[in-house]
Amino acid sequence: MRHALIRLAGEEFFADPSGGLYHPGERMLIVADLHLEKGSSFARRGMLLPPYDTAATLARLAAVVARWRPARVAALGDSFHDPNAHERLREAERAALAAMQAGRDWLWIAGNHDPGPPVGAGGQSLAELAFGRITLRHEPRHGRAEGEIAGHLHPVARVAGAGGSTRARCFVTDGARCVAPAFGALAGGLDIAHPAFAPVFATRAVVAHVLGRDRVWRVPGERCGR
Amino acid sequence: MRAALPSPFADWFAARGWRPRAHQLALLSLAEEGRDSLLVAPTGAGKTLAGFLPTLVDLTRAKRNRRGLHTLYISPLKALAVDVARNLETPIAEMGLPIRVETRTGDTSSAKRQRQRRDPPDILMTTPEQLALLLASADAETLFADVRRVVLDELHALAASKRGDLLALGLARLRALAPRLTATGLSATVLDPRELARWLSPQRDGAPEAAVATAAAGADPDIAMLETRARLPWAGHSALHAIGEIYARIKAAKMTLVFVNTRSQAEAIFQQLWRINEDGLAIALHHGSLDAGQRRKVEAAMAAGRLKAVVCTSTLDLGIDWGDVDLVVNVGAPKGSSRLLQRIGRANHRLDDPSRALLVPANRFEALECLAAIAAAQAGEQDAQHARAGALDVLCQHILGMACAAPFSADALYAEVTGALPYAALSRADFDAALNFVATGGYALGGYERFAKIRQTTDGLWRIANARVAQQYRLNVGTIVESEMLKVRLTRARRTSAKTESGYSGVVGRGGRVLGEIEEYFIEQLSPGDTFVFGGEILALQGVVDNEALVTRSSNETPKVPSYAGGRFPLSTYLAARVRKLLADPARWTHLPEQVRDWLQMQALRSAPPPEQGLFVETFPRGGRHYLVCYPFEGRLAHQTLGMLLTRRMERARLQPLGFVASDYSLAIWLRADPGARFESGLVSLDELFAQDMLGDDLEEWLDESAMMKRAFRNCAIVAGLVERRSPGKEKTGRQVTVSTDLVFDVLRRHEPHHILLRAARADASTGLLDLDRLAEMLSRVRGRIIHKRLDRVSPLAVPVLLDIGREPVAGEAREALLAEAAETLIEEATGEPWDGAR
Repeated sequence: MRHALIRLAGEEFFADPSGGLYHPGERMLIVADLHLEKGSSFARRGMLLPPYDTAATLARLAAVVARWRPARVAALGDSFHDPNAHERLREAERAALAAMQAGRDWLWIAGNHDPGPPVGAGGQSLAELAFGRITLRHEPRHGRAEGEIAGHLHPVARVAGAGGSTRARCFVTDGARCVAPAFGALAGGLDIAHPAFAPVFATRAVVAHVLGRDRVWRVPGERCGR
Repeated sequence: MRAALPSPFADWFAARGWRPRAHQLALLSLAEEGRDSLLVAPTGAGKTLAGFLPTLVDLTRAKRNRRGLHTLYISPLKALAVDVARNLETPIAEMGLPIRVETRTGDTSSAKRQRQRRDPPDILMTTPEQLALLLASADAETLFADVRRVVLDELHALAASKRGDLLALGLARLRALAPRLTATGLSATVLDPRELARWLSPQRDGAPEAAVATAAAGADPDIAMLETRARLPWAGHSALHAIGEIYARIKAAKMTLVFVNTRSQAEAIFQQLWRINEDGLAIALHHGSLDAGQRRKVEAAMAAGRLKAVVCTSTLDLGIDWGDVDLVVNVGAPKGSSRLLQRIGRANHRLDDPSRALLVPANRFEALECLAAIAAAQAGEQDAQHARAGALDVLCQHILGMACAAPFSADALYAEVTGALPYAALSRADFDAALNFVATGGYALGGYERFAKIRQTTDGLWRIANARVAQQYRLNVGTIVESEMLKVRLTRARRTSAKTESGYSGVVGRGGRVLGEIEEYFIEQLSPGDTFVFGGEILALQGVVDNEALVTRSSNETPKVPSYAGGRFPLSTYLAARVRKLLADPARWTHLPEQVRDWLQMQALRSAPPPEQGLFVETFPRGGRHYLVCYPFEGRLAHQTLGMLLTRRMERARLQPLGFVASDYSLAIWLRADPGARFESGLVSLDELFAQDMLGDDLEEWLDESAMMKRAFRNCAIVAGLVERRSPGKEKTGRQVTVSTDLVFDVLRRHEPHHILLRAARADASTGLLDLDRLAEMLSRVRGRIIHKRLDRVSPLAVPVLLDIGREPVAGEAREALLAEAAETLIEEATGEPWDGAR
């Protein structure tokens, strides 16, 4: 596993191929858009999606936690797919989550899917979190937001080359702020060429840190897109 | 025994100076005996009348207790159902028979549908999907109890497909509801009529097989290949070099159908024909992406004889009798002899006149294929249709439909379903898996009981949980899954002066007219500013917003992005064998156009012609890379699969493959290392590289990442009802809120690899998108017979496939290589240098 260095507002972060972002100074691991229990959320409405997404997401999260051994983990909102989703966690999933939380701070930042705190899922709930010049929040602000790390948009990059093209999840950054990819197993993606990204990165050139199989590729923004 | 024609019918034939044909009488007498029957007849043989004569006779003769549905007619195309209904009205009116004929399609108003259920006509013309809907309605039992006959038109086109599976299940249900039902299939000429006859017959001990009646063949078709005066291209599928010659033929004929293989080819040909249309000939366009109203208009103008030519795709392969068509032009290679014969049959719908057809190869390989196809068509040889096991996703859909009709017992439904040929070998375990899937998703983990769609009640019967489930079923019925489509919207706004510094284009103006729909995968290949042809115009892509491709009209003469490479149908096995044979035998090259002959002779000089048996492999360096090109002639899908699997092996053999491209005829792989040198030195064995065991572990590993597999899964998930069809108007904006079936596939594969939907997707992929069966046959055929030529430069035969390079989506190693290539351009920016993160 090789990760990439991302500099934001003078701070250094490591982008992990799993989609997690590690800040060595704070020993903090940041993950966005887990969307736990998305499968059962759809099942309630008549689409019987597989009930394995929570286990898959938590397993991936456990692996990246084991790799970095952070002192704190911040989940950037939309950690649960709907406001009742945490109640549907299975016993084993609850235990896996508790095991990861043991011995470290666990911070649930509110998202539009999960505005209220997830009762009984451990950790603390926050609207936003700031340290130094860095601010963590779910939805990126429009306009300038130096030091902001957000989720919500689920960025993916389409990279075209001589042999064809491919789509992959990515971190997208202009050096001042960053939007992190969705970490959840059933969380889809939005092309970074989509207009939704325009008000977030209006003024400066962006770089996509594209998640490969076991490393992160740094691809200039103009090489991604339709 | 031959049935005599009762008087109104005998008189009607006599009055027109006709005599009933032998096969028409044969079908009548089989009906009187109560036998199921299959009529195999070429176009123009009076198939439709033959199919309905027994119904008309029976309805005229028999006194019935009450009016009700007597005969169901099922056609693969709703336009055909409407047309046949119209044709049937003529004899009914002329003989003054008291018979009511009506159609029921997706276009029928809901008021009329309700009335049809209350007061059904004698004869109802409909489609497989509408039949499924009727069978899933609560009054199915009363509606169908007295049905005597079902007529299945164009059965050859339906049987071996998922639509055929759905129809077979519907037929099994019909037989259960209407015990006195007999089935009649109408089919074009096929290789094995007995196979189709079995499909029609109930699969029970002692049930007699449907009898086969065959009509006499018509006159031999008159087929020629265009020997162009222009330069025949090496590659590509546009055939634009021959546009003037096609135009001249259209002008000389009365009415021409110009068949092409893909939508974008149709667009290109249509547009080019109009560019040179100095005589203002009435030339129209017909393909599946055009607005339905537009298509109906073209069909009506054609039927009225107001058109000189129609450029069309397989949308006009079947059915409707155009009457005056006297020339069929097939642009590109026909890909299979059965398809060619069917298309040729569209001309001269009168049995005793020969059909006239012109084949226009778009490139040199296609000239070989056309020659092989002409020989096959003249010999009247058909492609083999492989019998297939019924699809599990279709079974899931049917089970839900049956629950919507009435509560059912699992034992009884299992017995009924196995009465249909495609499901005759279905195990009880698989049936139960399908049942569980319908109920709760069928996951080993469980937990969805509270969300169940159907439940077993205390009486042991399965019933739907609530009315919403039935509504969902009605919206999802059918087995045809369209590609993800984008609306093409014309906008006036120009893109703001190139890109802004950030790489984002300015906001594109919206609100113009919608021109139609286009496959998302096609647009995915384009960058803003690229031009392409759609709806007969050259358009420039401005951007994609939500589910719309925003375009402006372009003043460019030639579109930048050529049509989607390759026909949609893979080369048939049968035709491939003929092409191989032709290539291997220089004595037969004399029948080829001169340019093609020269090309092959050049190949013989520089390399060698591929042998008929065995596999021919060339290696050569070019532009700082090395190439391996092989010529299996097994169709693009099988070659793509082969390319994926071979590059995996090459990687392990440290040949450093970088990418590959597949055509219908050959496969080219480019590498960093020189494979030719390794083969010659014995470091790498060609036999081992192409060994059949690549279909084992390598395949399983690759399937995990395969885009084809994901597409197959998406189709199965929609057909089985796991995810909802995206219906117009219900579209959500922003792609992140919809469920990605790709992600569902990843999760399911890891956690429940034997889930019924994954099995369904694998089965689809191996016969369809991945063509595994065909690849397996090829690998076994060439074992120990691989011939390698090491060359110092590209061979003439390799040129076409190398020209196809680019624009294919990639996965696996190729994907990583592509990302690396894109990333490497930034290496000088040392800040981004990745470092090893092992801590």
